[in-house]
Amino acid sequence: MGIENIVFLLVLIAASLLFARNVQRIKKNINLGRDIDRTDRKGERWKTMAMVALGQSKMVKRPVAGFLHILVYVGFVLINIEVLEIVIDGVFGTHRILSLLGGFYDVLIASFEVLALLVLLACVVFLIRRNLVRVQRFFKPEMKGWPSLDGNLILIFEIALMTALLMMNGADQVLQARGAEHYASAGSFPISEALFGSWFTGLSTESLIFIERFTWWFHIVGILGFLNYLPISKHFHIILAFPNTWYSNLNAKGRFNNLESVTNEVKLMMDPNADPFAAPDPNAAPPERFGAKDVTDLNWVQIMGAYSCTECGRCTSECPANQTGKKLSPRKIMMDVRDRADEIGKLKAQKQEDEIDKKFLLGDYITEEELWACTSCNACTEACPVNIDPLGIILDLRRYLVMEESKAPQELNLMFGNIENNGAPWQFSMADRLNWKDE
Amino acid sequence: MSQALHVPTMAEMAAKGESPEVLFWVGCAGSFDDRAKKITKAFVQILNKCNVKFAVLGTEESCTGDPAKRAGNEFLFQMQAFANIEVMNGYGVKKVVTACPHCFNTLKNEYPELGGNFEVVHHTSFINDLFNSGRLIIEGGSFRGKRITYHDACYLGRANGVYEAPRNLIKKLDAELVEMKRCRTKGLCCGAGGAQMFKEPEKGDKDVNIERIEDALETKPNIVATGCPFCNTMMTDGVKNKEKEEDVKVLDIVEMIATAQDML
Ligand code: SF4
Ligand code: SF4
Repeated sequence: MGIENIVFLLVLIAASLLFARNVQRIKKNINLGRDIDRTDRKGERWKTMAMVALGQSKMVKRPVAGFLHILVYVGFVLINIEVLEIVIDGVFGTHRILSLLGGFYDVLIASFEVLALLVLLACVVFLIRRNLVRVQRFFKPEMKGWPSLDGNLILIFEIALMTALLMMNGADQVLQARGAEHYASAGSFPISEALFGSWFTGLSTESLIFIERFTWWFHIVGILGFLNYLPISKHFHIILAFPNTWYSNLNAKGRFNNLESVTNEVKLMMDPNADPFAAPDPNAAPPERFGAKDVTDLNWVQIMGAYSCTECGRCTSECPANQTGKKLSPRKIMMDVRDRADEIGKLKAQKQEDEIDKKFLLGDYITEEELWACTSCNACTEACPVNIDPLGIILDLRRYLVMEESKAPQELNLMFGNIENNGAPWQFSMADRLNWKDE
Repeated sequence: MSQALHVPTMAEMAAKGESPEVLFWVGCAGSFDDRAKKITKAFVQILNKCNVKFAVLGTEESCTGDPAKRAGNEFLFQMQAFANIEVMNGYGVKKVVTACPHCFNTLKNEYPELGGNFEVVHHTSFINDLFNSGRLIIEGGSFRGKRITYHDACYLGRANGVYEAPRNLIKKLDAELVEMKRCRTKGLCCGAGGAQMFKEPEKGDKDVNIERIEDALETKPNIVATGCPFCNTMMTDGVKNKEKEEDVKVLDIVEMIATAQDML
């Protein structure tokens, strides 16, 4: 093992540890949420994950973006096999260790090259869509600043990584042809040869070794850096898309959960034998808030959704409220939940617990105006390529507003009153319910 | 050719020791809204014509609690749900049909956990079944060859995956079904769901029903078909707003079926 290998090993270990720490941080933030059991119907869950996350079935509902995304996704997954080789080579100082696969290795490397080129081109098209074509959903208010920069950085990152990979291969290939020491002949390089062949054959062996080493290091350190960029970026979806689809809501979209805490109280109210003055059980847990005021009132699947959000804006672009100029944007709901969970996580880590209650998800991040604009139409949940449910969060926030603060819009309070008094949302008497028959 | 309606109540049936094939859940709109009452009656004409042994709860029916639940008032919703379930279980109800997707969704999806286990169908599915079992003959009548576009109700379509039943009926009328650019899973809401029906919309630059009626009018239809009393109101308002009442009618599918069979 040379000094280069030791340096590499250290970089690898440091990057992995840092990544593990970042993942721990997000895991903690997700666990700020209340418990919920979503482990029923396992078969269906595996199937959903296989279709939606692995199979990208919802991505292709928009064919252009969907197709390009599949290129990047497949490219990313497969090229990781080459990354595995790069890591082994880096630790042991070998050259293209997987070449022991023989002829198959040539096929492998050649197809990675093709994929790398396709990924690169797809990323260029994505950049054009974001910055020149200016696809509308990337220019909503919640995308200003970091989210928009994040989207571009990811693409630039990927273009740089793919370029480095192809340059590395290009230099390697010329070195192999020259029979340079350490560069035993292995692999087939159709793309890098076409791109860099004529340029690189004109360079000296020393320059080529420098290019090969430089791009090798750039590529692998880039990947390790990217790995640690994920947790502060929407790009973390490449990991969370899988659990998020597995744990996603499998019920009919129109079915809203029945709050158990409410059921208990309603049953008590309707039970003629219940003693209204009975002393509360001293051992009972303090009553939960009805609905959600902050992310800690949401369940952990809802918070995981926020960390899985790719900020693609498909939800918002299909939202009837957003399309007609209302403030509501389901994507913003998810981003707000994530940002608030981040904030609480940070305050906890800094032991500033008393700062936490100075702000709330409801009010400081999401306004009542946004919440009341929702028609509960489920366009957002239908559109989301990773099965996130912004509507469930909107509902929980409304529940808090209505049941804990009685802060529904006046007309809705009238509607509640009518239902309560005469069993219809309008002011008609229950006794007149069958009058239509004789009209 | 309007016939006198025969509308037995559960109480009447129970008094005679009988029980119906199906409970017709009329819903608040169907009971009180002038436009929706016509839909209710059209459906009853079909039920009568096909000799379906049905009953309504009449004055024992109460709001399912849907608008309260969507607005966040879970208390009120569950109070309504428990009261309704008690009445329905009291009569031993097994099967329910309703012309309102909101009632449909709530009864079907949210009541079981609270003790109300019924087979719940939307009226368009019910009418399809009547046709398939040979109890109802559907002819196109005046709708033959008409351009009809169908607006998917959120609580029927996306919420419960019912897309084909209403479309099948339109096709059986020998009409030309023209789809809007946003339909089925991508159908745009009419703007009434989530308790919006009962309040003014938030500030914005357009009303949702206007955006939607534009989709519909783009297909140059003679008729905009709906399967929900609230969508019907929103679309009717949209047509009025565009001053197209003369050329474009907004009709519930059951009204078309009944009219074509000369029942109304
Ligand atoms: S459910 Fe609400 S947030 Fe989601 S698309 Fe419909 S109106 Fe928008
Ligand atoms: S919630 Fe889903 S559809 Fe909306 S921006 Fe996030 S990933 Fe995209």
